[in-house]
Amino acid sequence: MSPEFSEKTKKKIEEIVARYPQKEAAILPVLHITQQEFGSISAEEEKLVARILGIKPIRVRELVTFYTMFSRKSLGKYHIQVCSNLSCSLLGAGNFVDYLVEKLGIEPGETTPDKKFTLSTVECLGACERAPCMMINFNYYGDMNPKKVDEILDGLK
Amino acid sequence: MKEKVLTEHFGLENLYKIDVYQKQGGYRAAEKALKKMKPEEILEEVKKANLRGRGGAGFPAGIKWSFVPDTDKPKYLCVNADEGEPGTFKDRYIMSHNPHMLLEGIIITAFCVGISVAFIYIRGEYEAIALRLEQAISEAYEKGFLGKNILESGFDLDVFVHRGAGAYICGEETALLESLEGKRGNPRLKPPFPASVGLFQCPTVINNVETIFNISHIILNGAEWFIKQGLPKDGGTRIFGVSGMVKNPGIYELPLGTSLKDIIFKHAGGMKEGKKLKAVIPGGMSAPILTADEINIKMDFDSLVEANSMLGSAAIIVIDEKTSILDVLKVVTKFYSHESCGQCTPCRIGNSWINKIVIRIAEGKGKKEDIDSILRLASNIEGNTLCPLGDAAALPILSITKKFRKELESYV
Repeated sequence: MSPEFSEKTKKKIEEIVARYPQKEAAILPVLHITQQEFGSISAEEEKLVARILGIKPIRVRELVTFYTMFSRKSLGKYHIQVCSNLSCSLLGAGNFVDYLVEKLGIEPGETTPDKKFTLSTVECLGACERAPCMMINFNYYGDMNPKKVDEILDGLK
Repeated sequence: MKEKVLTEHFGLENLYKIDVYQKQGGYRAAEKALKKMKPEEILEEVKKANLRGRGGAGFPAGIKWSFVPDTDKPKYLCVNADEGEPGTFKDRYIMSHNPHMLLEGIIITAFCVGISVAFIYIRGEYEAIALRLEQAISEAYEKGFLGKNILESGFDLDVFVHRGAGAYICGEETALLESLEGKRGNPRLKPPFPASVGLFQCPTVINNVETIFNISHIILNGAEWFIKQGLPKDGGTRIFGVSGMVKNPGIYELPLGTSLKDIIFKHAGGMKEGKKLKAVIPGGMSAPILTADEINIKMDFDSLVEANSMLGSAAIIVIDEKTSILDVLKVVTKFYSHESCGQCTPCRIGNSWINKIVIRIAEGKGKKEDIDSILRLASNIEGNTLCPLGDAAALPILSITKKFRKELESYV
């Protein structure tokens, strides 16, 4: 079955579209909603977004492949994104990623077989005063170390 | 000791709520501007204040506003909250503490330029802050600071939050416009400049978050006062973000012109226990690196240009003696090769080649001529791209490679 937005989401999208003089300007906000609702943006979801905004699917694909926050493959329930940029690297982000790779048994870019965790390394998250930092879904965590991350991950159901 | 301006009340609980903000005098500047001042008077005051853009380029805000032509077309304000420059976290910090100070600045700016729609383009990862801004916006509508006929002045303004989705390039102003229009963030050829042909082909003002934060203070206290908080040609304070190998990383609001040495050793507590200073990146990763003996320098736009670096986003990254410069170069070159939008060949290919060479050196397979290849490739990027990302990549790579050549040569 092809994916469909709920009535509530459709209303929200209409509201967003009305902010802009051109419908296309709403693609990014609608893609954020799509990613959140379906967990990933495959060709089917691209068609859905294209239909709702009255544009060609290729216009949607252009954006999905350009902006790194959109994922074409499905992610784990918890997406762990570890900053690998300079301030975090200076304070041990490299070792921290190694620790997670060992703990989760996956490399960056991979998802655990039980679909619970996806691990990614990302560029600067803008939380350099709390280096090394990471995000799990949209929550920020700073001053990371193995003990702290153990506690955080163990607390996730 | 000069006072804090933007962060003065940041210790207060719930400052992000409109009632608390108003108790501290919030929205008084908007009232003054809309009820007692003419747009041209506001423009004159902001020009006199020598408020230079806090995003990186340091272009005077008042002059930018004055470039907007008188036209019947709609005009737009885009607040650049894309904050992607590595080492930079000031906008996240000030927006989350005090979203209403941003909104008040937006109201005054829009009234001055004749704008009725403003977008805050915020990086996608800052979802929590986007929500906080949206809450603040709805509070401001309820109190009549946004919407139709604001404070019975006849002036209308709507403000929307627009989230990016993970692309450093969208912090570049014309890429930001493309992204807001629902396209890939490929920078535009300039001219025309956004002030005349910007968002949806209409005149557009684009200012950084921290720049807009300063506006209400200029209106309340005047340009003369504002200049006294900083330097004559560079008014106001600056939000310095310090990270890396220091004891107390964080945000420090200090007058423009404060010495880099003092920021690191007095304000940020000096180096972490047992660490020795090797180098400092003074203005976000795109700023050319300074060695340990170059830090006796004033932190303002002109002083850093003289030192062949730049104040940029005033994000200070402190590097210690034990960190290998090759590791630094690896992170820097990986970042730019990843974030190049791909539009200009020198940047797209150059950055990826440099990164490959650096990785090769790190794997112990480097050749003697690699160092010169890095310099040659980076020089080929500099000045040869549509947007400033090319220079933003080339300049730090060139400075790191030249200033630490001996160390780099020891790895090949």
